[in-house]
Amino acid sequence: MKTVRIGAGLGFYGDAWAPIAASIERGGVQYIASDHLAELTLAILQKDRAREPHAGYAKDALPMLAQLWPLAARHGVKFILNAGGLNPRGARDALAELFRKKGWSARIAVVTGDDVLDRLDDWNAAGEGLAHRESGASLASVRERMVFANAYLGAAPIVRALEQGADIVLTGRVADAALFLAPLVHEFGWTLDAQTPEQWNRLAQGLTVGHLLECSGQGSGGNFGGLDWIDIPDLGHIGYPIAEVIETGDAIITKAPDTGGRISFDTVRQQLLYEVHDPRNYISPDVVLDMGSLQLDDLGSDRVRVTGALGKPRPRQLKIVGGYQDGWMGQATIGYSWPQAYAKAERTAQIVQQQMREQRMAFDDLRIEYLGYDSILGPLADPAQRDNLNARQARGRWFGPPVSMAGIVRATVRRRPFRHAAGDRIARHLAHAGCARTGRRWRAGRRDGGVK
Amino acid sequence: MKTQLVRIAHARGGDKGDTADLSLFAYDAETYAVLKQAVTAARVAAHFQGIASGSAERYEMDNLLALKFVLHQALDGGAARSLRSDGLGKSLAAGLLRMEIEVPDDLPIRHAEIL
Repeated sequence: MKTVRIGAGLGFYGDAWAPIAASIERGGVQYIASDHLAELTLAILQKDRAREPHAGYAKDALPMLAQLWPLAARHGVKFILNAGGLNPRGARDALAELFRKKGWSARIAVVTGDDVLDRLDDWNAAGEGLAHRESGASLASVRERMVFANAYLGAAPIVRALEQGADIVLTGRVADAALFLAPLVHEFGWTLDAQTPEQWNRLAQGLTVGHLLECSGQGSGGNFGGLDWIDIPDLGHIGYPIAEVIETGDAIITKAPDTGGRISFDTVRQQLLYEVHDPRNYISPDVVLDMGSLQLDDLGSDRVRVTGALGKPRPRQLKIVGGYQDGWMGQATIGYSWPQAYAKAERTAQIVQQQMREQRMAFDDLRIEYLGYDSILGPLADPAQRDNLNARQARGRWFGPPVSMAGIVRATVRRRPFRHAAGDRIARHLAHAGCARTGRRWRAGRRDGGVK
Repeated sequence: MKTQLVRIAHARGGDKGDTADLSLFAYDAETYAVLKQAVTAARVAAHFQGIASGSAERYEMDNLLALKFVLHQALDGGAARSLRSDGLGKSLAAGLLRMEIEVPDDLPIRHAEIL
């Protein structure tokens, strides 16, 4: 029976690519599908593109392929990457240049068409009534400030690229799981225009496989959330997930032999539900997945069988992710030692705010966090631990060198609408407040908000 | 007896825009039945008061021994505009595991010894 083996590439922009070599060398994969994009990543790439028109793609794809391509070519492995980001053609040019310099040859395909910024107004004029999916705010409320808008495309254009013999497919914004569904559709000759339950169900299986692999190492134990994480073996040499899929869509999730991490019922079900809202209606451009009767069988030895996905017809419309300029953010982080670490940090927050008031530095939002106390848990933090900030606990008592009991206060402000001078002034003030005491760190920059 | 969820379950959180999603997993069917009864959408919404200001929904996934919670207006506007250190809300799953619930005295406690 024909089996297609797909390995996960990166799970986010900046992820490690070294583990991919193990999937190619020992995992027997035919494809590597690599997900470089998150909602926030597009905002980051937009800032790159604003500074440099040739940029706007995920730059990590270049050193990644520079290292992995000779190995991939020897094993006949193809790459599908959404590293094109906001500029797939720019990514293609940079990659072609790299291959020219190295003297390598490969057929590189580019998937475009996701950039819809110039079409929004026409669609609205035609009565589409585009609005924010969460708040319902009209497109008009941010249209003037919009800097990008990209539709999540499905698997179809990637399938076409593979049919044309591409060795490397570079896409912009496609649905993450479509990067993995596409080679299955291509290899097995599945139809994307599904009309029968059997056809929908195997697309749903393919989507499930893609969803289980799209976060890469996060799905093989890297980001396992629970007390068992500490016992997951050898995360320093983590194996990225690999799917072995047969024509019906039934799949086994595994990883290359002699790698760290874990593929088990627990790690796979955590990834399965990750960033899914209604698990019986997980919407993708190619099929709507119902996970209600999905079965995960832990076969041991880092192998989990996935069967039983139900598919329903794909939606009529695609989702768009968009970004607009939304002001400035400035931040300062200041540290204090024992004694009275928290009290001193709290006093500093008051001083900074007082000075900002007196110097008439207007802002829209201000957030004060105490690192080691409430920066992560917010109101869920335990006030009884406030005076033990960043101290270590052992044998039921707090101990450690006195300087480890440090109060670290972080102040972050936001100012909008976008005004460079006002934002910069606040950021510098916060920076000076921080530097005056410990010179910790500061950052200031434009933030791009999102609509979708 | 009372126990903190971290001793009997594991969890993972994710983000889409201003919406946080939290998955809560029982290690066994017996614990899943307890979670289903005790960890309601209303309870979770109250637990995250001050963090998530919108409504909360719950989806039951019996085949995975899992509960899925979706929290609206939970991420300070979303990662691109949030002022929080944890703008993606990844640690909200840990926040959920801090919840204390009443469980039968004979419920198997997976992590009785840790913490």
